[in-house]
Amino acid sequence: MFGILTSAAFIHGPIETGGQLVVVLGGVSVLLLLTFTKRWKWLFREWLMSLDAKKIGIMYLVLAGLMLVRGGIDALMMRGQQAIAVGAGSGYLSPDHFAQVFSAHGVIMIFFVAMTFMFGLINCILPLQIGARDVAFPLMNSISFWLTATGAILLNLSLVVGEFAATGWLAYPPLSELAYSPGVGVDYYIWALQIAGIGTLLAAVNFIVTIVKERAPGMTLMRMPIFVWTVLASMLLVLFAFPILTGTLAMLSLDRAIGMHFFTTTLGGNAMMYVNLIWAWGHPEVYILILPAFGIFSELVPVFSQKRLFGYTSMVVATMVITILSFGVWVHHFFTMGAGANVNAFFGIATMAIAIPTGVKVFNWLFTMFRGRIRYTTPMLWFMGFLFTFILGGMTGVLMSVPPVDFQLHNSLFLVAHFHNMVIGGVLFGYFAGLAYWFPKIFGFGLHEALGKLAFWLWIVGFAVAFIPLYILGLMGMTRRLDFVDAASGYHPLLVVALVGACIIALAVSVQFFHFLVSLRERKHRKDSSGDYWGGRTLEWSTSSPAPLYNFAHIPHVHGRDAFWRMKEKGESGREGPYEDIMLPKNSAIGLFIAGFAFLFGFGMVWHMWWMLPVSLLGIFVTILVRSFATETEYVVPAAVVARTEAHHHPV
Amino acid sequence: MTRHASHDYVPFGLWVYIMSDCVLFASLFAAYAVLHTETAGGPAAAALFDPHFVLIETLVLLTSSFTCGLAVLAAERKNVRGVWAALVATLLLGGAFLAMELTEFGNLIAAGNSPQASAFLSAFFTLVGTHGLHIFIGGLWMLALLMHVAIRGITKGTSRGILYFSLFWHFLDIVWICIFSLVYLFGSLSL
Ligand code: HEM
Ligand SMILES: [Cu+2]
Repeated sequence: MFGILTSAAFIHGPIETGGQLVVVLGGVSVLLLLTFTKRWKWLFREWLMSLDAKKIGIMYLVLAGLMLVRGGIDALMMRGQQAIAVGAGSGYLSPDHFAQVFSAHGVIMIFFVAMTFMFGLINCILPLQIGARDVAFPLMNSISFWLTATGAILLNLSLVVGEFAATGWLAYPPLSELAYSPGVGVDYYIWALQIAGIGTLLAAVNFIVTIVKERAPGMTLMRMPIFVWTVLASMLLVLFAFPILTGTLAMLSLDRAIGMHFFTTTLGGNAMMYVNLIWAWGHPEVYILILPAFGIFSELVPVFSQKRLFGYTSMVVATMVITILSFGVWVHHFFTMGAGANVNAFFGIATMAIAIPTGVKVFNWLFTMFRGRIRYTTPMLWFMGFLFTFILGGMTGVLMSVPPVDFQLHNSLFLVAHFHNMVIGGVLFGYFAGLAYWFPKIFGFGLHEALGKLAFWLWIVGFAVAFIPLYILGLMGMTRRLDFVDAASGYHPLLVVALVGACIIALAVSVQFFHFLVSLRERKHRKDSSGDYWGGRTLEWSTSSPAPLYNFAHIPHVHGRDAFWRMKEKGESGREGPYEDIMLPKNSAIGLFIAGFAFLFGFGMVWHMWWMLPVSLLGIFVTILVRSFATETEYVVPAAVVARTEAHHHPV
Repeated sequence: MTRHASHDYVPFGLWVYIMSDCVLFASLFAAYAVLHTETAGGPAAAALFDPHFVLIETLVLLTSSFTCGLAVLAAERKNVRGVWAALVATLLLGGAFLAMELTEFGNLIAAGNSPQASAFLSAFFTLVGTHGLHIFIGGLWMLALLMHVAIRGITKGTSRGILYFSLFWHFLDIVWICIFSLVYLFGSLSL
């Protein structure tokens, strides 16, 4: 009945118990709050069952925010441990627990912060930018979100029931094989990623079809905003990379669950094949994350420089070149495998080649700013912070693409500093810029600029204090993932500096949340009544803020790039009557059902409750079958309601 | 009424999805290519596979693709009987294919060549089994289509459903051709 789940799975040491309590108490208090304020019905009707991409986007953003806190606490725990586990001190985390913490941190930050944040922004903005009413498959969109959320829930459940993987965020075998990781940690890892990964893949299909088929009339490919281009590139990468992850993790789980020998040390298994496969997904993955960030910058730099984007065509070409090259560099993650000098040279040079299109982009942004009338708003600050950190990270990356250098720096803190430069200074700053820029469009009111800028400065200072020491420590020879350092190594002072930096970042995140709250309280007089908060150039700014359910009263007609800018120059608003009836998809609980069954499936796999597998698969089949018979899946917004909504948002 | 009808996009969406499925199979093929010599002292491909048996299996699957095409044609002509006959035939042929595959698996395991016996066999069972799993899902899809035809008859919706299904089914055929040639044919040449 319960497989290998026993009461022992709930009993932990004192620190894990703390985590357990936080998760359980947090969950219970949310449930109680909803019950006492009688918000359950509202929550389901307005949010959880919604098929509106804008609302699904906001749910992605909330999930990413929660996970940023979880992943951030993990980071502080690691920094704390490394600052005190020196010489005679052993710190407060056991080696095994420390390993679970860095594994969970990496997985959460990549999949449930960065990917989730990215899909949040895409959902909120992309349909608006191409002048569409919705995404191509609204129900599948909801399913994608709920599968992602299920992955996050499963991962966090491992804090309460059982344990998480102690293998690092990529779970290399043979360590992740049953022989060396007999607990359920790796299984939680596998099923959290498999379920979230299917959600991601479906979302990619959805957005590719949306971009190809749903563009407003007149929006040719070369008239698409750059953000749309970069999302298209990123989704193509998901489409071609995520199935590799799915296949690889499936092989690992077959090894673990039924004793196959893909990556074992016996009977012909080949662990390096896992490393090759996982990085054949993993390197494209970093471009999946960074390309949309590039797109965001390409949107906001022209707006805040008050000029059009320099080099649109080269931007598109650079994006596509990066997309293709990103599949040809994966070996740079393990030059030390021993593939031989020629193979390493090939992959080293391919890696350096990616710097060229990336450099093209940087110069395009700089030339856009050149002689522009720059407005130093919060989004623009994030962009300029990005320029510094990303260029620093890019240069250390090119350094490590030289195989002999990488032999020295591989698996050192130099590497950890490099990739945080990219994922924080590149990806996260990009998404923060996007959130600050589009916040008025998504929520209908602007953000407190001074607090936003304060958060930015704390982030960038904290970032420098936390990660520059790691470059030095790496050069001094400190390897990654150490739960203890020898006093004689001389690493200790810089580790304390890094802890201070992490605390500054924690402060920065707190200021960010505070500034959302302050702005929310003052939302009445921060209202974006024009819909065009910053003086934008692209279609999302042509509708009201927040956009009405149907996005656009009339589907816009596009005559060139920067479509909204042209409309403004001609004095068109695109909002006048007469209006027509509009069809929209009805809400649906199908996504919740499918995700619920997927959760049971994952949980059953983790705890070997085999009976749950057929039950949950049958559940998914029946859910889909029932849905396939549904007829009235759309409803009509009558023209009169459209007229009323438009009049309400834009009183003449 | 200005909203598009979502179904216009389904064929393109399916093609996009099928591309990703190709990548999944590609990674399994890659694993097989890397591991197919790792027999851990057990028999190699040439000694294990019976090409004649697999040839019959292949013919069964190809025929099912043909009957699947007939189902699409019958649906276009609103020929309910024809749809029933063709879909049921496809379902039975798919079932026969799966039964043959399971027989082959059973014989291998009974002879001690289980997926746990070597990396080569792990890769073999997983590659062929994943295709089999797709066939099984295709079978469920056909059952659902038959229910639709039974309850609703041939409507625009059902005939579209049959067309979408045929895309998926033909794709599985192509994957099988790759498995047949790369795993079984080359295997029996002991390359
Ligand atoms: C918010 C500030 C952050 C801090 C202070 C921080 C700190 C750390 C630390 C201390 C480690 C372990 C280094 C070691 O191996 O010794 C680590 C690993 C890692 N971090 Fe972060 N991190 C932060 C944000 C992020 C973000 C935003 C991402 C991704 C989007 C990320 C991704 C990773 C990954 C993938 C690992 C590797 C985990 C492993 O070794 O398996 N981190 N981080
Ligand atoms: Cu890489």
